[in-house]
Amino acid sequence: MSFERIKEKLNILADAAKYDVSCSSSGSKRTNTNKGLGDSSGVGICHSYTEDGRCVSLLKILMTNYCIFDCAYCVTRKSNDIKRAAFKIQEVVDLTINFYRRNYIEGLFLSSGIFKSADYTMERLVAVAKKLRTEEHFNGYIHLKSIPGASDELMYKAGLYADRLSINIEIPTISGLKLLAPDKKHEDFIRPMAKVKNEIVQFKAERKIIKSTPKFAPAGQSTQMIIGATGESDKEIMYSATHYYKKYQMKRVYYSGYVPIADDERLPALGSQVPMLRENRLYQTDWLLRFYGFQVKELLNDRHPNLDIDVDPKLGWALRNLDFFPIDVNTADKAMLARVPGLGIQSVHKIVSARRFRKLSWEHLKKIGVALNRAKYFMVCDSARCEHRDLEASTIKGKILGNSVGKFRKEHSTQLKLFA
Amino acid sequence: MSNSKILIYDGSFNGFLTAIFVAFEEKIQVSDIQKNSVSQNGLFSDTETIFTNIEKAKRVWNGIQAKSSSAIKNIYFAYMSESKGVELLLYRYIRKLFAGPSSGHSDYSDGIVLKVGQLAKSVGREKHRMEAFVRFQLTKDDVYFATIEPDFDVLPLISKHFRSRYADQQWIIYDVKRKYGLFYDLERVEIISLDLQEVYSNSLKRSSAFGAQEYDYQDLWNNYFKSTHIKSRINKKLHTQHVPKRYWKYLSEKKEAV
Repeated sequence: MSFERIKEKLNILADAAKYDVSCSSSGSKRTNTNKGLGDSSGVGICHSYTEDGRCVSLLKILMTNYCIFDCAYCVTRKSNDIKRAAFKIQEVVDLTINFYRRNYIEGLFLSSGIFKSADYTMERLVAVAKKLRTEEHFNGYIHLKSIPGASDELMYKAGLYADRLSINIEIPTISGLKLLAPDKKHEDFIRPMAKVKNEIVQFKAERKIIKSTPKFAPAGQSTQMIIGATGESDKEIMYSATHYYKKYQMKRVYYSGYVPIADDERLPALGSQVPMLRENRLYQTDWLLRFYGFQVKELLNDRHPNLDIDVDPKLGWALRNLDFFPIDVNTADKAMLARVPGLGIQSVHKIVSARRFRKLSWEHLKKIGVALNRAKYFMVCDSARCEHRDLEASTIKGKILGNSVGKFRKEHSTQLKLFA
Repeated sequence: MSNSKILIYDGSFNGFLTAIFVAFEEKIQVSDIQKNSVSQNGLFSDTETIFTNIEKAKRVWNGIQAKSSSAIKNIYFAYMSESKGVELLLYRYIRKLFAGPSSGHSDYSDGIVLKVGQLAKSVGREKHRMEAFVRFQLTKDDVYFATIEPDFDVLPLISKHFRSRYADQQWIIYDVKRKYGLFYDLERVEIISLDLQEVYSNSLKRSSAFGAQEYDYQDLWNNYFKSTHIKSRINKKLHTQHVPKRYWKYLSEKKEAV
């Protein structure tokens, strides 16, 4: 094969794939049994990082960027005048194996523009995965995109070879989808998603009885939403995310700040800023829901349809609910400790372990690594010094912001002046 | 002070565990535990030379493991940090472990426990980094070859990871700082030392040890790496935080930046 030609294709097809943010390569449990190549039983590994700071863990490419659809938010939409290319199945296999052998990557993330039909496209993605597994004895990680509208039969095959399947919902609301992707139907996204979920449920049940049941998408399913392309509120986004977590048992929902790529009056103008801070706040909320025991309606509701920009969602919640605080760090239960701003899950575990030996003071908490700057207003410990002193929420907020530096702080410096 | 002693061992982990065994068995008041290569006599303490004994080392290992499997991991990892005085710190940690209740290793309000935890964590981080940043280059005689220069002695810790991942290819990972490496010959992993004339970092200069195809793949990888950047989101600070500059010379995708 000609390296120059491959290089050109790789440039085109990697460039178009980079807007998919998922880079997870963990949670698969696929061990190297027959002295084959690769093992994805451990934690995920980020082999490198892009200059925008995102992890590079998988070879993330499109099979092709030819597409019959014309979705306004997408760089490979039919009407966009860009260079088009397509990989052959063997070319993707060779690239994956050779990158993997050099320890560049954990595996392959293969997506595609939709050419001819959904099934024709899905079939080619499955063919790559099948070849990697059966001919190359590859045990690395494979993430395949479920193509909207693909048949149940193909989705089943895909799950047999892939570790993860994902289908990007892209636009959080049905009305937004109608506006930006008029030729795609909401049901086309939902059907493959439901099929994969049902197969995973069935696999787990059968595995309990017959140990040798072939694996089905062991790293589960994920999806992605574009943030800030249409006018959705944070509440709409997070309620929608919660729906997918519950109904389709998603492993992850990713939020991707819209990067302006098209001159289209339905979308933010070219050159407008990527909403990175908002994206960050949504991820924080996502974590609070999945790991910290929060319910979505506590964080976002009709009275608070959008997240605070200047403080993180946990601090925002605590400031609105000061009557829960202060808590005593030496007696409070785990669930309540996890709700204190400045306490992460790690710190909570350490506190619960350490307080069995002695009562904890500010000094101990500091050594454990608690962000006291925030936490001290919401708890008491084995010390006469107490920072709570019945302060007003706005005073606490001002003190915290005045004593800290935030990575996005310059973006909302005007708000800061109010508290200076 | 009359019976406090400095224990001198051969610098191996088993030697260190033997020293712990001797200290406990002979109820020695330990004032320090030192490698024979760096030992200094204390003014008021005697020294005792420890002869590495695998049986004794094993008993210490098993004894700690029976107490807590996370403690044994912390001890092994912290030891690999090669940090000054780590032996004495670990001796105190182990004493604490055997003196107190069974969960003494989780007393995060204790200075020794925290310090051992921190050392183990930084070694663990370096181990994970090496699993990520090793870049194999295929030599003309079909061996995937990589050089590394880790902050800590992590080769023993990463051996299993690479063995189970690259079971069907021959590979060498060589620590140029500590002058030894691992060689997997499709059957087992052996420790080797090489007389390296050149430093085989991923430099722009090509070495005759590798074939043309190797450089083609490096080229493809570098190209791929470049096309993953999203220009409107550039964040160089975050980038170097994740990939610190000291690792760049062995990363083929950072070739041009070095």
